[in-house]
Amino acid sequence: MPDAVTLAPAAPSARFTLRARAAAIAAAAAPLGTGLPEVACRAATAGVVAALWLGPDEWLLLAPEAEGPALAARLAAALDGLPHALVDVGHRQGGLLLGGPAATEALNAGCPLDFDPDAFPIGMCTRTVLAKAEIVLWRLGAESFRVEAARSFMPYVRQFLEEAGRAFAAA
Amino acid sequence: MISSLRTESGGRIDRTHPLRFTFDGRAHYGFAGDTLASALLADGVHLVGRSFKYHRPRGILSAGSDEPNALVTIARDIARTAPNLRATQVELYQGLAAESQNRWPSLGFDVGIVNDALAPLLPAGFYYKTFKWPAWAWHKLYEPAIRAAAGLGRAPTRPDPDRYANRFAHCDVLVIGAGPAGLAAALVAADAGARVILCDEQAEPGGSLLAESSAMIDGRPAQAWLADTIAALGRTRRVTLLPRTTAFGYFAHNMVGLAERVTDHLAAPPPHLPRERLWQVRAKEVVLAAGALERPLVFRNNDRPGVMLADAARTYLARYGVRVGRRVVIATAHDSGYRAALALHAGGVAIAAIADVRAEPGAAAEAARAVGLAVRAGSVVATTGGRRRVAWAGLMPVGGGAVEAVPCDALLMCGGWTPSVHLFSQSRGKLRFEPDLQAFVPNLSVERERSAGACRGVFGLAAALADGAAAGEAAAKAAGHGGAKAPRVASDAAGFGSGGMLGLAEGVAATKAFVDFQNDVTAKDVKLATREGFRSIEHVKRYTTTGMATDQGKTSNMNALGIVAASLDTSIPQVGLTTFRMPYTPVTFGSFAGLARGDLFEPVRRTPIHDRAAAQGAVFENVGQWQRARYFPRDGEDMHAAVARECLAVRTGVGVFDGSTLGKIEIVGRDAAEFLNRMYVNAWSKLGIGRCRYGILCREDGFVADDGVVGRLAADRFHVTTTTGGAARVLAMMEDYLQTEWPELEVWLTSITEQWAVIAVQGPRAREVLAPLVEGLDISRAAFPHMSVAECQVAGVTARLFRVSFTGELGFEINVPAGHGAAVWDSVVAAGQAHGIVPYGTEAMHVLRAEKGYIIVGQETDGTATPDDAGVGWAVAKSKPDFVGKRSLARAAMAAAGRRQLVGLLTEDPHLVLEEGAQLVDDPQQAVPMRLLGHVTSAYFSASLGHSIALAMLADGRARQGSRLFVPMPGGAIPVQVTAPVFYDPQGVRLDA
Repeated sequence: MPDAVTLAPAAPSARFTLRARAAAIAAAAAPLGTGLPEVACRAATAGVVAALWLGPDEWLLLAPEAEGPALAARLAAALDGLPHALVDVGHRQGGLLLGGPAATEALNAGCPLDFDPDAFPIGMCTRTVLAKAEIVLWRLGAESFRVEAARSFMPYVRQFLEEAGRAFAAA
Repeated sequence: MISSLRTESGGRIDRTHPLRFTFDGRAHYGFAGDTLASALLADGVHLVGRSFKYHRPRGILSAGSDEPNALVTIARDIARTAPNLRATQVELYQGLAAESQNRWPSLGFDVGIVNDALAPLLPAGFYYKTFKWPAWAWHKLYEPAIRAAAGLGRAPTRPDPDRYANRFAHCDVLVIGAGPAGLAAALVAADAGARVILCDEQAEPGGSLLAESSAMIDGRPAQAWLADTIAALGRTRRVTLLPRTTAFGYFAHNMVGLAERVTDHLAAPPPHLPRERLWQVRAKEVVLAAGALERPLVFRNNDRPGVMLADAARTYLARYGVRVGRRVVIATAHDSGYRAALALHAGGVAIAAIADVRAEPGAAAEAARAVGLAVRAGSVVATTGGRRRVAWAGLMPVGGGAVEAVPCDALLMCGGWTPSVHLFSQSRGKLRFEPDLQAFVPNLSVERERSAGACRGVFGLAAALADGAAAGEAAAKAAGHGGAKAPRVASDAAGFGSGGMLGLAEGVAATKAFVDFQNDVTAKDVKLATREGFRSIEHVKRYTTTGMATDQGKTSNMNALGIVAASLDTSIPQVGLTTFRMPYTPVTFGSFAGLARGDLFEPVRRTPIHDRAAAQGAVFENVGQWQRARYFPRDGEDMHAAVARECLAVRTGVGVFDGSTLGKIEIVGRDAAEFLNRMYVNAWSKLGIGRCRYGILCREDGFVADDGVVGRLAADRFHVTTTTGGAARVLAMMEDYLQTEWPELEVWLTSITEQWAVIAVQGPRAREVLAPLVEGLDISRAAFPHMSVAECQVAGVTARLFRVSFTGELGFEINVPAGHGAAVWDSVVAAGQAHGIVPYGTEAMHVLRAEKGYIIVGQETDGTATPDDAGVGWAVAKSKPDFVGKRSLARAAMAAAGRRQLVGLLTEDPHLVLEEGAQLVDDPQQAVPMRLLGHVTSAYFSASLGHSIALAMLADGRARQGSRLFVPMPGGAIPVQVTAPVFYDPQGVRLDA
C-alpha cells in the first residue's frame, strides 16, 4: 500500500522572478514557449519550463537547473528595452514534491486554503503560508503538489509536512 | 460480577466486553460503551468529588458536558495527567485510572470540609471584604493562601509527551450537534450535494436518540434509524463525521473552532496518532443543533451526592443500563420529569414520590398516576438529608408548611430546559426571552447560521427532526446547493410537554441552596449581592463568581438570573444575560499549540555556511529567526578572549565572516534610480555603474528606519542591502510606497536575501587572500577602490564582489549563489591559511564597527533618531526635491537644541566596560530623579585600543565632546570622557589600503 503522504525534494531547478507589463508579457511568450498565464493563480507549462502566476505582474519561472542560463539569455534578449525585471532566484528557494492520498490533509495542517478540486484545481498555484513559513504551492495532480519555500525555511517546511503526515501512516 | 444496579439488557453498552478500571485506587468494572460516570453509578458510587470552596461532598449531577461536580484527574503516567475532566464524558477503557480532586487526605474524609462550617465567614465577595488590610498582607499572605486552597485539579509538572494536530477545513454546511435535529440537517444538506461537516462532542453521534428506547422514526425503531443514518452519512464522500469533537468557539466570518479528542478513549493510543486535533473550519453556512440542558432545582442541600438531574437518570438507564438508585424521589417543574419517572418505573426503580411545583400539572401527571405513581402537585423539596449520599428528601407544600422526610437513595430534579445558545451568542447573534419557555432563544443572526431543534426552543423528537431537516435544506440552498427537498422524517414520539421555573420556589430557603455547584455559589450569596446594591447580572456574576467556573454556568446561569430578577422584583429580560464566551467546554493548551513545539515551535533559519561555522567551533546566537555565529572559541577561550583575538586578527591580518543573513533586495527597472532617490535620504542619480553608496532610509516621520550599502550593477539594476532584522520590513515598506504612491514608476523589487551567500573578507591582508581566487576582475587598489561592486568569478563561481567594509579595514564582501556558499567559504579559508585567516563572529563584528563609530540601526537608533542625531547627516541630499521623511526633517523641532546625538565615551578606568542602556548625568550628586542627558547604546572592550569604548546618544552630544560626565550605577557613579564616536583610524586611511 502506498504511503498516505509522500515527500521528496524536487530536482535541482533554475528559478527566475519575472515582473512585466503588457508589452513584455507578450514578448515573453516566444522564449518561454508558452504565454505567461494572465488568469490569477494559474500555471502554464511548455515542456520543462513552467510559469506560475503569483501576481498581476509577477511570475515565477521554473526550469531544470541546466536550462537556466539559456532560458535567462533568451528572455533577456526578447525583453530588452521592454518594461520588465528578470531576477535570478534559483538559489533563493528550494522545492519539494508532496504526494499521496492524504497530501491535502497534510497541507491543511498548516495551510488554511481549501483544497477541494473545485476550489484548488490541478494547475492552480499561489503564494500562501504553511504554519510559520511562506510557501508557493502548485497543484500538479489530484494528489500531488510542488511546494517552494525560501532556502532557510526548507528544513522547517519539510519537517512540518513530515510531522503532519504522520497521523496518516498505516497503523 | 454484574451489579444489581445494572439492567439485564438494553442500552448501548457492550456486555460482552467488560473493562476494569480504578477510581482513587479502587478497582471497579464496567463495559465498553460506559462513561466513567455510568460505570461508577452502576457500582453505586455517587460521591466523586469535593466542592471548590466548602469542600462539600459532591456527586454526579448530569450525564453530559454540563457536569459541574464530577471532575476527575485521569493519569496514564506522570506526564500524561489531565485534570478537571468531566467523568460524564470520560469514556471507559481497560485499565483507566481516575482520581478524585480537591480532597485531602481522602474523598471520604477531607480536612477542607472545615470551610463548610466556616461558610458564614466566606460570603459572596469575601475576598473583597475580609482581606482589605493591612495592604502588604494581600500579596504576602492572603493571595498565596487563597491560591493554595483554591483551584481544582493539579496541572502535570512534566512536559506533555503527546502530539497534537491542527486541521484547516472548509465546507458548505457545518452542522454542530448530531442529535435528531443535527442528523436530519446533515442528511438533507448532504442529499442536496453540499459538503458537510457534522460534529458532536459525544463518543457517538445521536444525541438524545442514544437514550431513546420507544419512539419510531420513519417506521423503524429510533435506534435502527440512527444506525442507518450514520451509515448513510458515512458512505457519502462529501460528509465528514466528527464524533468526540466539541465546537468550542464561533469566530468571525463563520470560522468555528472544533476540538477533536482523537485518542483519549483508547487504552493504548497508537503512537502515530495525535492526542487531539484542533479544527479551524470555515463554513459557508452553519446549522447549530446544540440541544438543550436540563436545569437543576434550587433548594437547601441540593448538592448532596445522589441528587441529580432527572433526564440524566433516564439517560443512564436507557443508554447505559444503569439504575441511579433503587428508590428515588422526583422533583420537577416540567413535564419531562414524568418521562423520567415513567422510564425509571418501567426499569425497575421504585418511585417514592413525584413532587411537582405546579399546582395543576396536567396530562403528564395523569399518565404517571395511571401507572400508580404518587404525584404531589404544588409540592417542593425543602431540604435533603443523609451524609455522603442522599437518604431522604424533605417535601413540603409550595409557600411553606410541614416538611415530610421521604426516604430515597436518589433525588432527581428537573427545573426545565435551557436551550444551548452558547455558540449562537458567540457568533454575536441577539437573543430574545421566550416567556412560555422561560428561556432565551436565538432571535437575530449576525453570521450565516441558523439554529434547529431544542437549542432554539423546538422541543420533542418529531419537532426536532422536522426542524433540523428544514434547517439543513435552507443551509444547503444558501450555500449554493438548492434543489433537494427536505424529506419528511416522521416520528410517533410523544410531545415533549411544557413547564419550567427559574430560581427559588416560593417558601424555599436560600441557605446552602446551591445555584452554581462548581463555584459553590448559593441562592443566599446571589440575594446578598442584590442587597448590597448589585443590579447588573454582569456585576452579580463577578461579585459572587456564579457562572465563572470551568462549566461557565451551564446549569446555573438561568437560576441565578431568576433569583436576581425575583430579588429586584423585575423581569428576566430586564436583568439581562451574561456574555457567553468561548470555549464551550475547556480546551487543552496542547490543542492550541498543535504542531508548534520543539523544532517546529518556530522556524530556525540557518545560513548556507552554518555547518562550516559549526565545524569551526562557532558559538551561535539567535538573531530573530536566524542563527548566527557569535564567536569561534579556541582552546578553551571564553567569549572575551575569542572576540579579542578575532578583532586583532582583522586589524592586523585578515578575518572571514558569514554575512549571509544581510537583507538584500534587487531593484530593477528603468526608474530604479528615481525610486531610490525617493526612498532614501541620499542622492543616487549620479552613482556610477560599479559603484556603491551607504544609504540611509527614513520613515515618513524623518527618523532612521534602516541602513545599508547600495551597489549599482547596471543603469537599471541595483543590489540593495538592509539590516538582517530589517529585510522583510524594508521590502514591505518599499513595496507599499511603490504600489500606493508611485505606481507609475517602472521598477520592481525582488527579495534576494537568500539567493546570495555573503562572505566578508576583512583586514589588511584581505586582498592577498582573495586575489588568487578572483577571475575576470582586477581587484587592485586603483582598479577596484573602496565602495566598488563588480560581477566576476570567485573560486570558480559567478559572484557579485563588493569592496565594502563594516570593520574600517580593507574589505571585500563576496556574494555567491547560496548553494555555493559553503564551497566558496572553504576556498577562502584554504587560501587564507597562509595569511593566518581567522573566522570571526557577530560579537567581533560589533566591536570592530563600534571602534569605527559605525552605527547599528536599532542599537544606536531607537526610532526617534534623525540621520543627523545618528551622526550620518552627511548622507542627506538636501537638494533633492523630495524623499521619504524630508518634510518631517524640515520641522524646527528636528534640528532643535537638546536633541540626543551620537558620541563616543571613554571610561577613566580603561578596563571598565559600561553597561548598555546605562544613563548619563552631569552631576551624580543631584537628587533623584536625576536629570538624564543620554544613554549608552554600545559598550565593548577594544583589544586593538587596549581600552573600553562606548557609543552613546547624548543631548547636544557633539557640543559636549571633551566634557566629563557620569554614569550612575548601583556601585557608584562612573566618570567618562565624551569623545568623537570614531575611536580607530579617524582619517579612514585603512579603508583605502
